[in-house]
Amino acid sequence: MTMEEKLGGSNGEDGGRDRFPIGMRVLAVDDDPICLKVLENLLRKCQYHVTTTNQAITALKMLRENRNRYDLVISDVNMPDMDGFKLLELVGLEMDLPVIMLSAHSDTKLVMKGITHGACDYLLKPVRIEELKNIWQHVVRKKKPDSKDQINASNQDKSRGGTGETGPTSSSSDQKVSKKRKDQSEDEDEEGDDNGHEDPSTQKKPRVVWSVELHRKFVSAVNQLGLEKAVPKKILDLMNVDGLTRENVASHLQKYRLYLKRLSSVATQQANMVAALGSKDPSYLRMGSLDGFGDFRTLTGPGRISSASLSSYQPGGLFGRLNSSAALSLRGISSGVIQSGHSQTLNNPINGFGKIQPAVVPANQNQNGTLFQGIPTSINQLSQNKPTNHFGEFNRGNDPNAFGVATNFQDARVTVGGSSNTLPVSSGNPLLLQSNTQQTQHSGGAFGNQPSSLGVTSLNQEPFDMNVRGSSNFLDHGRCSENWQSAVQLSSFPSNALSASETFSHEQLPSNNLQESISWTSSHLSSSPLDLSSSMANPANLEDSRGNISQVGLNNNVIQNIDYTTKQQWGDSRHDYNGNMNNSFSRGDSLVPASGPMMDQSNVISDKMNDVSLFSQFSGDSTYVVPHLDGEKSAFDTKSRSNDDFLFETKPQNGFNQNSFEPSENIMMSMIKSDQNNETPLMDGEFGFDAYSLGSCI
Amino acid sequence: MELVQIQRRLVDYTKSLFMEGFLDAQFLQLQQLQDDSNPYFVFEVVSLFFEDSEKLLNELTIALDQPNVDFKKIDSHVHQLKGSSSSIGAQRVKNACIAFRNYCDVQNIEGCLTCLQQVKQECYLVKNKFETLFRLEQQIMASGGSVPTIELGF
Repeated sequence: MTMEEKLGGSNGEDGGRDRFPIGMRVLAVDDDPICLKVLENLLRKCQYHVTTTNQAITALKMLRENRNRYDLVISDVNMPDMDGFKLLELVGLEMDLPVIMLSAHSDTKLVMKGITHGACDYLLKPVRIEELKNIWQHVVRKKKPDSKDQINASNQDKSRGGTGETGPTSSSSDQKVSKKRKDQSEDEDEEGDDNGHEDPSTQKKPRVVWSVELHRKFVSAVNQLGLEKAVPKKILDLMNVDGLTRENVASHLQKYRLYLKRLSSVATQQANMVAALGSKDPSYLRMGSLDGFGDFRTLTGPGRISSASLSSYQPGGLFGRLNSSAALSLRGISSGVIQSGHSQTLNNPINGFGKIQPAVVPANQNQNGTLFQGIPTSINQLSQNKPTNHFGEFNRGNDPNAFGVATNFQDARVTVGGSSNTLPVSSGNPLLLQSNTQQTQHSGGAFGNQPSSLGVTSLNQEPFDMNVRGSSNFLDHGRCSENWQSAVQLSSFPSNALSASETFSHEQLPSNNLQESISWTSSHLSSSPLDLSSSMANPANLEDSRGNISQVGLNNNVIQNIDYTTKQQWGDSRHDYNGNMNNSFSRGDSLVPASGPMMDQSNVISDKMNDVSLFSQFSGDSTYVVPHLDGEKSAFDTKSRSNDDFLFETKPQNGFNQNSFEPSENIMMSMIKSDQNNETPLMDGEFGFDAYSLGSCI
Repeated sequence: MELVQIQRRLVDYTKSLFMEGFLDAQFLQLQQLQDDSNPYFVFEVVSLFFEDSEKLLNELTIALDQPNVDFKKIDSHVHQLKGSSSSIGAQRVKNACIAFRNYCDVQNIEGCLTCLQQVKQECYLVKNKFETLFRLEQQIMASGGSVPTIELGF
């Protein structure tokens, strides 16, 4: 039956509303014409306003055209063109309308499925009029504000028209993250409306996979908002991703924050360093955030790092600094890896988080960046790692440090550590990795961001980033994420890097080594922090990865510098991350292995290194780093991405400092946790981040 | 025949259908839905059912005739048939569908074939019953009378 409006009834569409439930507007969907006809008539008998269609797709279209035209949807479960449950979900997501399921089956499982998908009710055919007489209650219930009574409180708001939060909200007052619930309802609704699909209302949202891309977006959103002010709703708005719910974002944010925190702890020192480095920051931090991820390579943008970090590795600019310094060396590598810019951010962001010592991170970043890039820089980068988060970014800050080729790596380390902070900072943003880019800010604690970086490693555009990210991210947490991107690479790397970082034993940062290490393939790892990298590099993956690891090698150095402290955690994470990173990077395989040794180191480094570790990891891969930095990045990214995924999934791989991340199932955490957990805070962080990113943030 | 007589016949006949299980309470609901604004509702729905069921039965026959029987498809058809028959209150058809589905679940082709036959048979039978019913209704209405509503007293 085609849609027929209305009913024979007299109520006009709106007129009926006043006499609710009379005139309630129902949309009936059923492919069986008989059932549809019967249903229609039954509904008419109840004095509802009925529209019918025998196709789910048509129904959706009608609903989308004007959601306000209907109050309730009744749909059959078995339909040829679309599964009834799917329609249910979509309607809930997009329009937040109450949906009643209808079926000839009374199978418990089906009913359960209906409920989990958000159905308000489940009726059996043949439907009796008595049952239909009461369905209006669902409309009322949904309309109730916020309430939690509906599954998605937000939905309700939506229906209510939610407060104006929608959309642009991001800029508007923070939604009070805390008031999730409230926000939820409002924001969500709002958002839902604006964003359209995020309606939290769906009761059961399919699991979200925090891919590198997604994480990157996330991180950048967070960075944009500022970690402190980043609330899920706003982030969601900024990200503007379909199908993403506030809840998804919220949980990811939490992880990211943790991550950054982790990083920051590591990076504290580094942060200082980083800060000093030069506040590339925000970018740096960002690095942490996801930059690390994919951009890890970007990290390498040693340029990145260097820019920021090179100069000042100062923790402040951690990455940036790192980049500067490290970047210097890394520059070659960093080319972006370190995202030196990040570094700063890393630090800063980290600050937010944990203050990962931006300095550290940035350095890392650079380091990483550079590291990766040319590995030599990686060291710086590594240091840059600090932000691990941003690996890419880190470098920046760190550069000087980390890459400074180890010179600053120390700082970088810090940064790294910081980075780590930054990285994970994403606070559990495993996404960081994804969003790495954004993150840098994360530097804060949750190294989680790091994951981004780490995870991101792949993300990190720069290889370094990845490292950085990974590490940096971790370091930066937030930043790391950005770095993560590169870090992502790192991620694969990170694991290595971490290890590498660890090997760096902090200071070694022979960033230069990194360079070597990058190729190091673990040679470095053992000896020097770079070792990590080397070890990391070894993972072979690193190398493969694109030389990511080479960065790693660098990272190692960097990492070392980065602060092993952070690294420690990070290292752990890094390890994991490394592992992950490796995975990610190089495919992670090499990394991981490298990470092994590296991890240890990374642990050491982890403090700072977290980022560094990542770096190192990366460096380890060195190959990773370097190549990525430039063009590889993309490659790496992809790799990292995959790694990321890997990382994330692997989670434990890096052990990302899981500490920081933790809980979040985010991969980061897992990543970090797995290995490093402790050690390389950064490293892990970074990696973790990767891991995080890698995995689905689900 | 007198109107009253026809009406009585209709009532008795309908009752017997219930007794024999051809129809169930759902049919009454359908009848209740019929009113002045919708005078042929029952007729329309039942006609629709037979059209639809014929198609489904054909599909089922073809599907079961395949070398590789697609049980999912069969299940889906039977499910639909079950849904529509239950919507009009064709109880025996519905029951036959349930049995059919059980055989389908275990992928018993023989059983399915048997059930298919059974469903076809039931459809055929209830179709005849309905035709008689409608004829009586028509006669009543032609005579100017109104179709008596059935109360399911038992």
